[in-house]
Amino acid sequence: MASETIALNEIAAGYRTIGERLHGWVTTVDHKRLGIMYIIYALMMLVIGGIEATIMRIQLMVPHNNFVSPEVFNRMFTMHGTTMIFFVAMPLVFGFGTYLIPLMVGARDMAFPRLNALSFWFTAFGGLLLYFSFIGGTGLYGAGNAPDVGWFAYAPLTAKVFSQGHSTDFWSLALLVSGFGSIGTAVNFITTIISMRCPGMTLGKMPLLAWLNLVMAGLVILAVSPLTAAQIMLSIDRYLGGHFFDTQAGGSAVLWMHFFWIFGHPEVYVLVIPCFAFASEIIPVFSRKPIFGYPVMVAATVAIGFISMSVWAHHMFAVGMTSYGNTFFTVTTMIISVPTGIKIFNWIGTMWGGKIQFKAPMLFCIAFLFQFLIAGLTGIMLSASPFNWQLTGSYFVVAHFHYVIVGAILVTIFGAFYYWFPKMTGRMYNETLAQWHFWLFVIGFHLTFDFMHVPGMLGMPRRIYTYEPGRGWEIWNLIVSVGAVVQGIAILIFVFNLLWSMFKGEPAGNDPWDAWTLEWSTSSPPPDYNFATIPVVQSRRPLWDLKHPEDPDWKYE
Amino acid sequence: MGEVAECGPDANPRAGSKQMKRSEQTRGVWGRVFAGAALFVCVLFAAKICLADPAGPSQIPNIFKPDSTPADSIFRLSKLVLSITGVVFLVVFSLIAYATVKFRRRGNDDGSEPPQVYGSNQVELAWTVIPGLIVLVLFLATARVILSVQDAPKPTGAIEVVAIGHQYWWEFRYPGLGVVTANELHVPVSDPQHPTPTFIKLLSADTDHSFWVPRLAGKTDLIPNHPNSTWIDPHETGLFLGQCAQYCGVQHAKMLLRVYVDSRPDFDAWVQQEKQPAVAADAATEGRHIFESTACINCHAVSGTVADGHFGPDLTHMMSRDTIASGAALNTRENLRTWIQNPDSIKPGSLMPAMKLNNHDLDALAAYLETLR
Repeated sequence: MASETIALNEIAAGYRTIGERLHGWVTTVDHKRLGIMYIIYALMMLVIGGIEATIMRIQLMVPHNNFVSPEVFNRMFTMHGTTMIFFVAMPLVFGFGTYLIPLMVGARDMAFPRLNALSFWFTAFGGLLLYFSFIGGTGLYGAGNAPDVGWFAYAPLTAKVFSQGHSTDFWSLALLVSGFGSIGTAVNFITTIISMRCPGMTLGKMPLLAWLNLVMAGLVILAVSPLTAAQIMLSIDRYLGGHFFDTQAGGSAVLWMHFFWIFGHPEVYVLVIPCFAFASEIIPVFSRKPIFGYPVMVAATVAIGFISMSVWAHHMFAVGMTSYGNTFFTVTTMIISVPTGIKIFNWIGTMWGGKIQFKAPMLFCIAFLFQFLIAGLTGIMLSASPFNWQLTGSYFVVAHFHYVIVGAILVTIFGAFYYWFPKMTGRMYNETLAQWHFWLFVIGFHLTFDFMHVPGMLGMPRRIYTYEPGRGWEIWNLIVSVGAVVQGIAILIFVFNLLWSMFKGEPAGNDPWDAWTLEWSTSSPPPDYNFATIPVVQSRRPLWDLKHPEDPDWKYE
Repeated sequence: MGEVAECGPDANPRAGSKQMKRSEQTRGVWGRVFAGAALFVCVLFAAKICLADPAGPSQIPNIFKPDSTPADSIFRLSKLVLSITGVVFLVVFSLIAYATVKFRRRGNDDGSEPPQVYGSNQVELAWTVIPGLIVLVLFLATARVILSVQDAPKPTGAIEVVAIGHQYWWEFRYPGLGVVTANELHVPVSDPQHPTPTFIKLLSADTDHSFWVPRLAGKTDLIPNHPNSTWIDPHETGLFLGQCAQYCGVQHAKMLLRVYVDSRPDFDAWVQQEKQPAVAADAATEGRHIFESTACINCHAVSGTVADGHFGPDLTHMMSRDTIASGAALNTRENLRTWIQNPDSIKPGSLMPAMKLNNHDLDALAAYLETLR
């Protein structure tokens, strides 16, 4: 393995025009370029989704504010949610997976490189379709343009009679198209991980990142398929006279909820499991110890995968299920906290007795541990269905899932950015700026999302464009809005750091972190073919074995 | 291979390092980690303290100030859940904070690797079983409350109400009492000795809504083609605020909800008054004519007259209500005029059309509406 390179004609070709380079990116089937494109695409969408969030927070800063109309506000929360889940979080985790999985299992590309490209372009096209609604959504006089039905688009609000024009169609088609992309990527991940591992890498010696992405990809196939089916049913309702969800003709609104949430809950795990994977790679390297309890980590992930398929209706405790239904979904939801807790304890176990280096990737992972702990505990509160009757649909639940999606998922992805940035670009990021990013973001995050729990407990429902004064909500909303500004500044620092370091950063070398998995054995950025010779591994930490020949891992595993 | 090595003092002390003394040079990291943790705790405590404040007749719909059995059962369950999760938080938080501070790389580190530990089956077993037991306790406590709230029997003295959600307003029908009203629900106070709870059947005329008055009960959705029900038994008289809690369209935000808990005599008097047909005052015949000859009667009903529309609130006794536009504005003459002439200025996106009357007609119409006591 190591860092020998093969001089290929294409690489040696020298100067290429911008047009040729662009053409190279558009037509590429290289997993590294596709991964980077996923990530850049998601970053652009992150900024757009962030602007939408900012508009909402300005509107809610004071009661009876008139910054935007209710129509615009409703479009903002619909577009914010849809964008952040489907076109930021999904492309980010897929992007890192696409980039890292072949490198970490010692392969030269994904199993199906062209399917890989197709999946990316499906996702990208889905996002364009969603945003094209701002221009093309108006179908009837007076009908709105961008979708305004909420990101879970409960029936019958999506029926023709309540949602005229084409905004809902753009929403539905965007998710349909990007759903095909997600399923393609999942198939590719599974096949790559199952059949492309390098010699010696048995399932039990895969990096945890590969294991966790395997579980995630399985969940994608199980979860995205019902959503895709539901989008087709919705289109049939809207254009072919179907009555699946059309309550005025005897259809069922609750059916849509089931379809959506049997996607929606596993989706949370689709997003968070890859972040568990990032933490499981970063925490050991910066604690200088192997992951604590590898087999248990794998088992816990698989358990989470299975249990997560049986908890969806905890999003529906208030829709009037029977007491038995509510009891069942309470117990499954509570049980999932056990394997999740095991993972947290194992990360602590990994840090225990180590020598922790507080570089930016590790700082973000520590913040992830704290915040994911709290997100999990508010999750327990929400799982107790009577308590949920008070908390669901309020700002408490908004705070809870932002704790998961921002406090756990996005924060870990920031860690992943800093950790693999040297590998992807060949240059180091600026550590000072990264620390500023970390502290500002953490402070902003807690200002926003800690205090956001409070108005929820004081009876403030979500998705309201304004609120009445005198209900005890004003001060909390003001703090929440201020926190959003601080987070925005932190993200600007982050983006600046990435751009600046890409061109001006110190050269990183192959292995700046003294890490142990295969991607650090090749050059930074890796050549098109990843490895000049396919590596052979004997343990979970092949580079440890290489660096410590007197004391290799395979003696103990 | 594949087996987990045992943890412990003698477990694989490979590449072991000398024990380092605490160095003052690393105070920076120490301080920052600690400051972050401290900030974090302060933030949480601030939230908790501020929650506990409201004293006196507050209109804050606080879920932790219950005034009805369902909300109270939830409150008691929430105290258990909050204390258990609070303890778990403190324990795990301390573990993370301790590990972060104690096992940081010191300033005088010799660059050697720490002992490589792969795991421990005993420890794994412990942190699987203990959370499992906690979950069991929480589940049993929760299941009791689910059954007691959701499957509570309806006593004979119960008041029955049908609540129908409409795009941006509430219709309340009392089938046993022959009363129809909107947006402001009146219920009798329930004496724990002789409970007179109110059982509310929840229907929807259009999209999904949710009935939520935090101090009386948790929320239950109103879903078309899917009848639901909830119940409340307020222990005190007074006004309880709530609002629609399931996104239902443009004006979801101003689909406000007011529950008036009356003493039994007050409630009976209110029912008697609401049962009467509309008062026909001679002074307002012009306004009545305008009402009955324009689009008003397409949507609104006034009992005892030709007005029999059902898309909007019943106006038979609209002056008995404190608010108009589903709580969005106080029921004053000025607001009423504005609401008729330009509803969007109070509630943009509401389905009430602007009536475009001239000033004279508007005055007459408002004068007529003011007779509907």
